[in-house]
Amino acid sequence: MAGGALAYPHADPHHLGGMQATGTAHTGVAPKRIVTGYGFWIFILSDMVMFSAFFATYAVLLHQTAGGPSGRELFNLRNVAIETGCLLASSFTCGFASIAADFRNRTWFQIAMAVTCVFGLAFLAIEGREFADLVERGAGPTRSAFLSAFFTLVGCHGLHVSAGELWLLTMMAQVFAKGFRADIQRRILCFALFWHALDIIWIAVFTIVYLIGSAQ
Amino acid sequence: MSNGYDETHDSHDLAPGDEYLEGGSLGERALGYVTGLGLAVLLTATSFFVAGTDLVWQPSIPVALVVLAIAQMGVHLVFFLHITTGPDNTNNVLALAFGVLIVLLVIGGSLWIMSHLNQNMMPMDQIMQMQR
Repeated sequence: MAGGALAYPHADPHHLGGMQATGTAHTGVAPKRIVTGYGFWIFILSDMVMFSAFFATYAVLLHQTAGGPSGRELFNLRNVAIETGCLLASSFTCGFASIAADFRNRTWFQIAMAVTCVFGLAFLAIEGREFADLVERGAGPTRSAFLSAFFTLVGCHGLHVSAGELWLLTMMAQVFAKGFRADIQRRILCFALFWHALDIIWIAVFTIVYLIGSAQ
Repeated sequence: MSNGYDETHDSHDLAPGDEYLEGGSLGERALGYVTGLGLAVLLTATSFFVAGTDLVWQPSIPVALVVLAIAQMGVHLVFFLHITTGPDNTNNVLALAFGVLIVLLVIGGSLWIMSHLNQNMMPMDQIMQMQR
């Protein structure tokens, strides 16, 4: 029933008075921001499915240490807590970067992204030191099936964070050079989704790998 | 207050990650992230505390840790990714539900099958003897 005024008032049994147009109206193609964001959301979910395979591998191989060191002897929970804090803080500042982008405030956007970058780099530095330390103690990925699974899972997350860092710097440069154009805004939206999703995966990593793994 | 997008929102959907159709005020949006951070810190601290404590029955600790992790993922989804149960978010939630289904099938199925294979397999030393 198009148009505000009803041609046949008696044909309106529920007295909606032309309200049909509101609520579930379909007015053509969705804006590009929604289409792009939705597509990227699907990618993130498929990424999580990939991580679930690594988590399943780790859980199955948790006890297959081949006489080598187990999680209890290897994991330093104080380091893990610091890593968790870094990633959570960077997720928080990333949120402020998206607010700044929505309000088109370049200064606060660059500051929030820079802080996010620093927290992410701190996370990567601690993780890199942990890996180097493990390899030095003879607990590298070749030592046992448990350690192979550990390095694959945690390393894959670390790889995602590294890729996110590169993307973050790209976004800072693009906003610096091109400003808050609509396409740049969409990329910022996707970057924020990616960065927050990495933090969600880290929740599973520190719970399953480190906290439950170090109790074994 | 406008959020400054060039595209007009003529549809009743939200992009994943977007919180408001017309852009909330700075205070509202910042408060969302602060609330999320507070809850996340609380749940993380509880996780690390529970993992090292002797106060509770030991076999319950992994279950408690998994519950705390799922709760924290929920907090992140709602306060950071803005995936909510609102009518403008149904597409995003349905995609998430499908993703969660696949994740549960992969993890649960692998653990189930592998534990049965482990139980039904001959101990390794006996297999080694048969191969000689």
